[in-house]
Amino acid sequence: MSAPLTASELRRYERHIILPELGREGQQKIKDGSVLIVGTGGLGSPLALYLAAAGVGRIGLVDFDIVDESNLQRQIIHFTSDVGTPKLESAKRKILEINPNAIVETHNVALKSDNALDILKNYDVIVDGTDNFPTRYLVADACTILNKPNVYGSIFRFEGQVTVFNYQDGPSYRCLYPEPPPPGLVPSCAEGGVLGVLPGVVGTLQATEVIKILTGIGTPLKGRLLLYNALDLTFKTVKVRRDPKWAVGTPHPTVTKLVDYEQFCGLKRGGEVSDEISVAELKEWRDQGRSFTLIDVREENEYEYANIGGKLIPLGEVVARQSEIPREGVVVLQCKVGGRSRQALEALKAQGYNNLLNLAGGIAAWSREIDPSVPRY
Amino acid sequence: MATVLIPTALRKFTAEQAEIEVAGTTAGEVLQALAAAHPALGAQILDNGKIRGFVNVFVGDEDIRFLDGEASPVKADDEVTLIPAIAGGF
Repeated sequence: MSAPLTASELRRYERHIILPELGREGQQKIKDGSVLIVGTGGLGSPLALYLAAAGVGRIGLVDFDIVDESNLQRQIIHFTSDVGTPKLESAKRKILEINPNAIVETHNVALKSDNALDILKNYDVIVDGTDNFPTRYLVADACTILNKPNVYGSIFRFEGQVTVFNYQDGPSYRCLYPEPPPPGLVPSCAEGGVLGVLPGVVGTLQATEVIKILTGIGTPLKGRLLLYNALDLTFKTVKVRRDPKWAVGTPHPTVTKLVDYEQFCGLKRGGEVSDEISVAELKEWRDQGRSFTLIDVREENEYEYANIGGKLIPLGEVVARQSEIPREGVVVLQCKVGGRSRQALEALKAQGYNNLLNLAGGIAAWSREIDPSVPRY
Repeated sequence: MATVLIPTALRKFTAEQAEIEVAGTTAGEVLQALAAAHPALGAQILDNGKIRGFVNVFVGDEDIRFLDGEASPVKADDEVTLIPAIAGGF
């Protein structure tokens, strides 16, 4: 329990306090509340700003990233002058500038199975603003084990999904998505692009749900999944049912401890050094006229912007279009920096391929080390 | 004919069509007909004719996993929505 609202706080939150649904009591609950925001990116930015402004007493942030120029199109808590500084530092400064009453706790780590429970347990509400399936399942399972409400939002290109898991006997993430998509079948995160305003819409919807949970007002978005489509401007809700196999509070819970989520999502690296090729080696092969197939697994718009002559098969299509990828001879997989091509390699390996090499550093390394005329992005 | 709503993530497999009308009286039949009309989409959502585990299929606002699965009835004026898991947030 925090100290009662001060005279200055009563003035600051006057527009809240005059709402009959909230009042002074509601504002006190917001002040007493603690929220952990996992990721201070596209979703985390509006979340942190609005929750700080609203008067949430204690805000935890988890991130280990550095502000990059390409973040500024949507991560509005970070400014141009913050490029190159840690996101946590940048976000904490903005939060305190908006509301010096807030206690900001920064967790400068990658959330993993061995630290997630310790970090999450100290907060009333967890907000998931991460960008990949392993961390989504990690946050979801940790919330289920700790019985913490998980205010969920995710975005892809022009679409967003929002719901509240593990709240008042509602369903959990795995009730909706029991298993992750195999790598290589669905474009997983950054590669698809995202409309900059989209995380603003989805993140503020999440922030609204957080305030409702802290104060107990309204009807929380539990048991319902909100689908927002920015291109068509549609909002649609579908029901999310509680599955006794996965939900919190079942007599024989399936989720009892955290696992290795990289492995669970099929993203575990092979670890063999032999399936990588450097850009220098690739250049040598080309100069020698060696025969091999280069497959570029980025998206079409990236390919149009810059390519090094590979055949374009986006990561999300490699499995479906495997008939176009030879099983004989050497196949080199390439993307922007080497992550997606690694996923493609693992996905194709699962289809029985054994003639694959991953181009380390991708087209970015090629541009840096071999041919500066290839545009970087 | 039931209407299948295609999420933007999968529209590149349907020549950018957002809504596709297909015949079928069960969720399974509707998806088979959809896959026959759009084989590239079929490869994404079906595996040997079975709905892939990470693709959620809703008839109206109900998840077919909590109805009768692929045997869930679909009426002519029903909307069938495909909801893939997405993970973006940064």
